[in-house]
Amino acid sequence: MLLRSAWRRAASAVTAARGARPAVPTRELRLRVADHAPSGTAAAPEVEAVLRPLYMDVQATTPLDPRVLDAMLPYLVNYYGNPHSRTHAYGWESEAAVERARQQVASLIGADPREIIFTSGATESNNIAVKELEAAIQPDTSLVSVMTVNNEIGVKQPIAEIGRICSSKKVYFHTDAAQAVGKIPLDVNDMKIDLMSISGHKIYGPKGVGAIYIRRRPRVRVEALQSGGGQERGLRSGTVPTPLVVGMGAACEVAQQEMEYDHERISKLAERLTQKIMKSLPDVVMNGDPEQHYPGCINLSFAYVEGESLLMALKDVALSSGSACTSASLEPSYVLRAIGTDEDLAHSSIRFGIGRFTTEEEVDFTVEKCIHHVKRLREMSPLWEMVQDGIDLKSIKWTQH
Amino acid sequence: MAAAGAGRLRRAASALLLRSPRLPARELSAPARLYHKKVVDHYENPRNVGSLDKTSKNVGTGLVGAPACGDVMKLQIQVDEKGKIVDARFKTFGCGSAIASSSLATEWVKGKTVEEALTIKNTDIAKELCLPPVKLHCSMLAEDAIKAALADYKLKQEPKKGEAEK
Repeated sequence: MLLRSAWRRAASAVTAARGARPAVPTRELRLRVADHAPSGTAAAPEVEAVLRPLYMDVQATTPLDPRVLDAMLPYLVNYYGNPHSRTHAYGWESEAAVERARQQVASLIGADPREIIFTSGATESNNIAVKELEAAIQPDTSLVSVMTVNNEIGVKQPIAEIGRICSSKKVYFHTDAAQAVGKIPLDVNDMKIDLMSISGHKIYGPKGVGAIYIRRRPRVRVEALQSGGGQERGLRSGTVPTPLVVGMGAACEVAQQEMEYDHERISKLAERLTQKIMKSLPDVVMNGDPEQHYPGCINLSFAYVEGESLLMALKDVALSSGSACTSASLEPSYVLRAIGTDEDLAHSSIRFGIGRFTTEEEVDFTVEKCIHHVKRLREMSPLWEMVQDGIDLKSIKWTQH
Repeated sequence: MAAAGAGRLRRAASALLLRSPRLPARELSAPARLYHKKVVDHYENPRNVGSLDKTSKNVGTGLVGAPACGDVMKLQIQVDEKGKIVDARFKTFGCGSAIASSSLATEWVKGKTVEEALTIKNTDIAKELCLPPVKLHCSMLAEDAIKAALADYKLKQEPKKGEAEK
């Protein structure tokens, strides 16, 4: 208990110096060091007033909601028992927390808690779900796997219709709902989903945790990827990480409360961003269906300007061009190619991510910088020059190098 | 009692973590870590961006690359009667490294003769800009652009041939 008293001493020194903590959890994590340095505290080190870029890349990952961190901390510091220990209070309280989190995840998607298995993330969940296909020997068994919301262009797939078709044809239906859970209403029974992958860090929860929903009635059989002590009904051996799981449960509960408000606010901000950009710049294309679209993921192609040069120019904003998964390769986005985008427009695409903590000021700043730099890069672009001169780019015979 | 203690502990830990500026600020604010500052400098302080009159007999225009590849460079040179390159301009549709490579190419050809300009190698451009291996093709395209501009200029100098340009 030396730890606890040391924490208490440090904490009281901090709270004394800092004054009253704001009641509403705020996201003061931008590390504008000048704002946080308390006056007259000798311990404060010499820090530069350095600003970090704005974060507009929520499809890649999301920051922890402060309420999630609050839920997790006791399990990182104090309640550190293994949830599978049956013989003492540490195990019991940890297990209770895991089961509470399981209920929170289940209630977000209309499932029974017995149908939720915790994993290390949506990727592991996808592997478990799809491996079932390989494990089944009967030739007539098949599986349909569709993303609920695409992470690059934000398009929503008609999950309920697909579920209905699969159910009528007795085919298993899996969906990777990492970008959709907690953002659009999902119900595994209404949509006839048999398997669903969930990711913690896409919904303002911690990284390193996810879940797979596996339908019980009618039973869906999956094969375990990793064997060991038989935890999680034998489907995913390995000690369940209580703090991460508690964080994920808290993230799901918060998402359920905030879904409607978030969706409305994000839609307004998305509309603001797109309208402002399209009003000020010609030749901007929005990729993806405008109707069946999750508003927080906006993918725009700025013709005659290459995406990576725009990212370099917009150095005060964290954005993405194409999928983060393919950023190491020189290929343009396979998603854009699949929807039939011209290759030069695919190279010109930027993804703007608007999330729960994105402010109107951040959107306005991003829009202003974007407009300024697109105009500047177009001045440097030979393609823009040729188009201004009335040349049809499609008529040119380009060299290959 | 324990709950109250845990609550205070939780709040204290939150407060400590949220306000801690002890992480080195420099490492956290490196948005351009992927780009060498020389590459960024060519975009932020552009030099030789623009166009020369491509119908002029003393101007050679090279247009290389393809929009489908995400890389197009237009490089123009103006040559005086003695065969020395007196001015150069470029425009590029491409990533930051491509813009920097073509910009550097225009800086290097100025003041060289047409023969000397042919000796500019993509490896020199890449070394000067500290391009990572994945961006070496940008420097290659810049070298191609120089050669294309020189070839176009030479073609224009030939008597009785029309201004053939792409």
